[in-house]
Amino acid sequence: MTTPISYFLILSGILFTIGTIGVLVRRNALVIFMSVELQLNAVNLSLVAFSRMHGTLDGQVLAFFSMVVAAAEVVVGLAIIVALFHRRRSANVDDADLLKW
Amino acid sequence: MLAATAPNVPITDLVVFWVFAPIAVGAAVAMVLARNAIYCALLLIVNFFCLAVFFLVLGSPFLFAVQIIVYAGAIMVLFLFVIMLLGVDRRESMIERLKGQRPLAVLLGAALVAEVVLAVRLGVGISTKAAPGFDQVVNRGGNVRALARVLFNAYFFPFEVTSVLLIVAAVAAMVMAGRRSRPWGVGRSADAPTLRSAAPPESDREPVL
Repeated sequence: MTTPISYFLILSGILFTIGTIGVLVRRNALVIFMSVELQLNAVNLSLVAFSRMHGTLDGQVLAFFSMVVAAAEVVVGLAIIVALFHRRRSANVDDADLLKW
Repeated sequence: MLAATAPNVPITDLVVFWVFAPIAVGAAVAMVLARNAIYCALLLIVNFFCLAVFFLVLGSPFLFAVQIIVYAGAIMVLFLFVIMLLGVDRRESMIERLKGQRPLAVLLGAALVAEVVLAVRLGVGISTKAAPGFDQVVNRGGNVRALARVLFNAYFFPFEVTSVLLIVAAVAAMVMAGRRSRPWGVGRSADAPTLRSAAPPESDREPVL
């Protein structure tokens, strides 16, 4: 392993930041959701990198759990987006600002 | 195993990093900038493949496979399915509800990257390398077997809780996507009959997607 672990951590931070910017600047609910997935994956990368650095498998187990949670989150989140679209005829998050039915 | 790269070629993983890291960052930036949601999804798949390669380099062939099967396969297919369901030809409105939100977001993002680099430099060290022999010591008997040993001993209870979580998520998705013909939410049942009598039946108003 000749690559320093910090390279992976910095790459993970950059990807997480791109995901954060995507959540903040985009208005399409689906793209915002994809940006959240990008953030989750960036954190997974840092977990696996730390697992390699410390020589234990706990980080990989945590990354595995985070994938399971991401799968559950995608199922519920996409169902919410579809329900919102049926109600508002739009996937734009600015259209769903009334906080009522 | 898959991760058993030739130990005589120590520079390999550095080359792999410098080939795939720009692709990952470029795909992520293009995803945020792309207008069409389909392009966003496809660029995200490219990014997931690059991260899968990094998992392989970091000695985790199991997560490499899971990343491609679960993320690039199942989750992104679900995303594409919903994009197709909602219609792909929609323009995203460029109206800013909050003044100066986008420049501020980019500015704060740059600050976040600087912060991460500083934290990594102070906490880990830029040139710190992982201890050698990960595949021989930690991944002894194969990564999958070693991971199962940890998962089903120390993390057995959380593992069972995740199965409950997945069942709850599946039930929640069914409740969300169910028919709206009967009132199911709090506060809807009170005014539902009056609305129902005035409006045509729900099945007529439901447009075909």
